[in-house]
This record gives sequence, C-alpha cells and structure tokens, in this order.
Amino acid sequence: MGFLDIDNTTKSYGPVEVLHEIDITVEEGEFLVLVGPSGCGKSTLLNMIAGLEEITSGEIRIKDQVMNGVHPSKRNIAMVFQSYALYPNMTVGQNITFGLEMHGVPKAERDKAMNDVAQLLQIEQLLDRKPGQLSGGQRQRVAMGRALVRNPDVFLFDEPLSNLDAKLRVDMRTEIKKLHHNLGTTIVYVTHDQIEAMTLSTRIAVMNGGYVQQLGTPKEIYDTPSNLFVATFMGSPSMNLIPVKLRVDGEAVVAETESSEGDTLSLSVPNPSARLKSYNGQTVTMGVRPEALTDAEGADHRSTHIEKVLNKVTVTEPAGSDTFVTTTIGGAECVARMRADTEATPEEVTEFAFNMEKAVFFDPKSEDRIV
Amino acid sequence: MSVASQDTTIRTGRVTRALIYLTLLLFALFYLMPLFVMVVNSLKPLHEITSGNMMALPEVWTIEPWRKAWSEAQIGVQATGLKPYFWNSIKMVVPAVFLSTMLGALNGYVLTKWRFRGDTILFGLMLFACFIPFQIVLIPMARVLGIFGLAGTTWGLVLVHLVYGIGFTTLYFRNYYAAFPTELVRAAQIDGAGFFQIFWRILLPSSGPIIVVSVIWQFTNIWNDFLFGASFADFSSQPMTVALNNLVQSSHGVKEYNVHFAAAILAALPTLLVYIVAGRYFVRGLMAGSVKG
Ligand SMILES: Nc1ncnc2c1ncn2[C@@H]1O[C@H](COP(=O)(O)OP(=O)(O)OP(=O)(O)O)[C@@H](O)[C@H]1O
Ligand SMILES: [Mg+2]
Repeated sequence: MGFLDIDNTTKSYGPVEVLHEIDITVEEGEFLVLVGPSGCGKSTLLNMIAGLEEITSGEIRIKDQVMNGVHPSKRNIAMVFQSYALYPNMTVGQNITFGLEMHGVPKAERDKAMNDVAQLLQIEQLLDRKPGQLSGGQRQRVAMGRALVRNPDVFLFDEPLSNLDAKLRVDMRTEIKKLHHNLGTTIVYVTHDQIEAMTLSTRIAVMNGGYVQQLGTPKEIYDTPSNLFVATFMGSPSMNLIPVKLRVDGEAVVAETESSEGDTLSLSVPNPSARLKSYNGQTVTMGVRPEALTDAEGADHRSTHIEKVLNKVTVTEPAGSDTFVTTTIGGAECVARMRADTEATPEEVTEFAFNMEKAVFFDPKSEDRIV
Repeated sequence: MSVASQDTTIRTGRVTRALIYLTLLLFALFYLMPLFVMVVNSLKPLHEITSGNMMALPEVWTIEPWRKAWSEAQIGVQATGLKPYFWNSIKMVVPAVFLSTMLGALNGYVLTKWRFRGDTILFGLMLFACFIPFQIVLIPMARVLGIFGLAGTTWGLVLVHLVYGIGFTTLYFRNYYAAFPTELVRAAQIDGAGFFQIFWRILLPSSGPIIVVSVIWQFTNIWNDFLFGASFADFSSQPMTVALNNLVQSSHGVKEYNVHFAAAILAALPTLLVYIVAGRYFVRGLMAGSVKG
C-alpha cells in the first residue's frame, strides 16, 4: 500500500486500449516522472489520476481511498497544465483563490493563503494583473501557485515547462526541484524530455505504446535499462548499440566485434551472469553509453575493466566541455565522449577505451536486457 | 493598432488617393440618398411633397409628422400612433434576444465542453433550423401557440423567435467555444466548480465578442420580422413592423407621406442604434471565432 496506487489500470477509447494494465505505486513525498514519446498515454494516465478521464478497469487509490468515480475536486489533487490554463477573465489573485472559493473557504482565509503562496513564489507584485499581461515564466509561477494554495495530497504536472524557452526551462526545473525539496509533497510529473525526467525525479516510469517499459530510480533506468527502447530513449546522445558475438571460455566471457580496420576486437566482460553465458556463440546487442566509450586518458580510473581498441574516427563534434567523436564499430555508428582537448581527428585511427563495467547486453530478438 | 499598422499600409500616390476617396464618396452618397429623402420629407408639411420636389429641402421645417406618426396616426381602428406598437416590439424583442442568446451560449457550452454520444448529430439538426423557410412553419406554429394558449400574445411571439433564433445563436457560440481551451474547463473542474459555475464564471465572462454578435443578429432579425408578427399577433401585441404596414396601407383619408416617412424612420431607428453602438464589435466577434480556431 503506497500513498498513490495505480493498480492494474487500463484505459480504452471504444475498442482501442491505449493503456495496458498499468501498475505503479508511489510513496509519500516521491517525485514520479512519467516519460515517453508522444502518444504513449502519459497525459491519459495523469488525467485518470486527476479524475478527468474515466478508468476503464482497475483501481486508482490515494491514501488507500478508491478514487474510481470520485469527482476531480474531491480527490485533493492539484494539477498544472501544459498551457497553464489560467482563467483569462480573472486577476492572478482571483486565479489563485478560485479553487478555495469553490470549496467555500472564507475570504479572510483565502487571502491569507494567497499571500503566503505569492510570497513563496515571489509573485506578490503580480496579484492584480490579468494572465494576458504576464510573461511565460510568470504564468508558469501563477499556475503553480494555484496548485500550491490548495495544499493537495498529490500534485500533477502535465508537461509544465514545454512552453518555455530553453533557459527559462532550466531555471524553472531547478525551482520545481527546490519546491519539492522544501514542501515534500508527492508529485506525478509528465514530460517527454528525458533530461527533465532524470534531473527531477526520485523515480521514473518510462512508457511506450501504453505500457510501462521500466519503473525505477533515474540511476537504475540509466545504467540498467530493461530493454532496447528504454536504453535508446533515455540519455543524450543515446546509448551505442553494437552487435557482438559472445564467446565463453571457462569463467570468462569475451564479446567479439570488428573494428573499422577489419581487425577482431575482443572485449572481456566482467562478472558475466549465467544467462549471459548461455548465449555462447550467439550474436547479441551490446549497449555502451557514450561516457563509457572515451579516450584512454578520459577513462574512469576506478573502473577495473577498461578495454582499449584502435579505430578510425569519422567525425568530431566539439561541444565545449567535451568532444563527441563518431566512429564505426562492428558496423554500428558509435558516439564516444572524449575530453575537450582530445587529439582525435577525422579519418585517422585513434585509441578508444571501453569501460566494460558499464556495458549491458540485450537479446536482439526480444530486445530485453540479458540479466 | 493604428500606429503599428502604419508601416504596412500600401503607399499610394496622391492622385490615386484622391480617386479612391472620390469613388468612396460617390458610393456613400448613393447609399445615403434614400435616407436623405426620408429625413427631408419627414420634416416637411404634406403639401410641399405633393406639389413640389422630393429632393428639395423643406421650405417650412416641422416636426409635426414625427409627432403624428408617434402618437396620433390612425393605425387599424384607433388613432394611437406607433407608440403602443413600439412598446409591443420592445416587449417582444428584449426577452427573445436575451433568452435566445443565453440558450445559444448554454448549447454551445454543452456541445463543445460536455461532449456526449450523438452531439454532432444534434448540432447538425440545430443547424438545420437556420435553413427552414418561415412560411412552412406558419400553420404548425399557429397550432402549437393555440395549444399553449399563447396565440395572439407577445409571449407567443417571443417563443416563435426564440425557437427560430436558437439555431443561429447555437452555431455562433459553438464555434466560438470550440476554440476555447478545454484545459480551462478541466482546471475549473479540479478547482471544484460545477457545471453552471464554470459557465458563469469562466466561459461567459470571456464571451463578450460573440455575445455582441448574437445580440445584434437576433435584435435586427426579430425587430425587422414582419411575417410572424403579421401571422401570430393580435391588436394588443402587434409589433412595430406590422403597425407600420397598416399605417401605410390604410385606405381612408389622404396619404400623409410625410407621416409615413417619419414612421418608417422610427421603425428602423432601434436597429440603426444597435449597429452604431455595437457594430464595430460585430465584425471583431465574427472574426474571433474563425481566426482563433
Ligand atoms: N478522446 C480520445 N479518443 C481516442 N483516442 C484517444 C483520445 N485521447 C487520447 N487518445 C489516444 O490515446 C493515446 C495516448 O494519448 P495521450 O494524450 O495520453 O498521449 P501523451 O503520451 O500525453 O502524448 P503527448 O506527449 O503528445 O502529450 C494516443 O494514441 C491518443 O491518440
Ligand atoms: Mg500529453
């Protein structure tokens, strides 16, 4: 029993099932991010928690109370919409207190709550303005104020930052994180931006096609993605996927692939599982994040399994703090994250270092990770 | 607005400009001519019209025809002038415009924000009401009014105009609200506002332009209606248009053209007033729905 339970919940529009048996438990104070590509059902799930969409089957509970069929206003939730959905005819102050007014809170109390929230979000000087007279960031704040003032059990955010420009988005991201840190409320947050998901969440649910592909902490999702979809969706630049042939030799497992020069590369795999060994002689997909494929000097010193190989560089892309180096290994295009002052030059052979401790393997047919 | 649009106006030479203004002026004169004739002749004694020139200015200015048209002219059997009929029209137009606009707004709200099975079909049927010719409903409508006991009353006319108007007002409001963000309604639901609270507090306050459109449209149509007024009203409830017709058509005595002109202007005055007061919102409101969507 968690604070918010999504129990075997499905959603159908007519004969089309858009969410399939979703099972998520959120503990009090958690920051759960639902992330996935467009149309995967994130908003639908959030709207079901809010009570704006009916639940086709299964149950949603908040604090052990079954919410199926309960009106949105009686669930003690608050929601921040992508478009902010501020009432255009009301002032900022009226926007913030409208919910309290509808719940019959006396005026004096409403005003006090409004002033507290305005102070918290630093929007006191905006209270008499209309939403049309605010900038995007200010509207965003007001929308959060409207949610905060209700003091809800669960906050729901539907892509609240996607209408802001890049700089403001980063600022507001930090503010939301601070707010969560200070208030400790339970948050469910929808985004299709995987960086937002990684930075904000305490746990992430990666969704695709109406299924939860993986539910876990940002680190779990990033380091041990449960399938190829999660591996490629999370992380930018995305994980390198190299076809390798596994060769078992007693206790040791070696992943073999071919360099750009036609040489065989043998990369030894640390601590191989029994499952992995059963793939002896078969071709599997090896996943290596760009930061686990570096130049020899930039390799993680604490790693005990660095494999150095020589390969030809295709393109270098200096990005200031790092240089992204593209190369071809085993026929697959790979991106390596090298130090800014790396010597790698296009069309020349240079040394690449694999951090094999971070390598993961996927079954090419089922696309699931081999654990 | 005007400052911003300055750079974008097409620059024209002086000659072209003069030509444009001249053409516009000519057209304006052409369209204003009938009004001029009406006003001028309504301010003349009758003999100046019968003996003289319709276009000439009065030799003797008089407002007697106006006074007569308003309170003395023989309409039907009594010499009451247009006054009582003017009030009949007002008593019919105001509730009919108010109710049809409110119901149209409510329909638009339900049809866009509370979708239900068959809502598009229902809307289609309501649209159909805009195209039913008046003539074919006369007899069934007379029956219905008879059954309700509203035959010959002002409220009967209100009902007729209400039924006829809802199709148009629903169309206006539905299209306007279709462009109104549904997220606002959802936010209000979460805030705990009910069906009517959302309507009153969120939607209606943002509906100014389309309310103006609906009011102007309904007002002019209902005020100018003759057929329903002639068919369903009795002496106590006849609207202005019917009274004007009776005045002009009356067969006894001399035809007092100056009084007729004054009466015609009086009958047209309210719609004119509505246009002058709210006309510029009309176009704006019509645009609002289409551009935003
Ligand atoms: N009213 C509806 N009727 C039928 N299908 C719908 C309806 N609403 C949503 N869907 C479908 O449900 C799926 C999930 O939609 P949803 O809005 O939850 O996606 P999302 O993950 O929020 O995408 P985005 O990132 O673009 O907002 C989509 O495939 C969509 O086409
Ligand atoms: Mg969405």
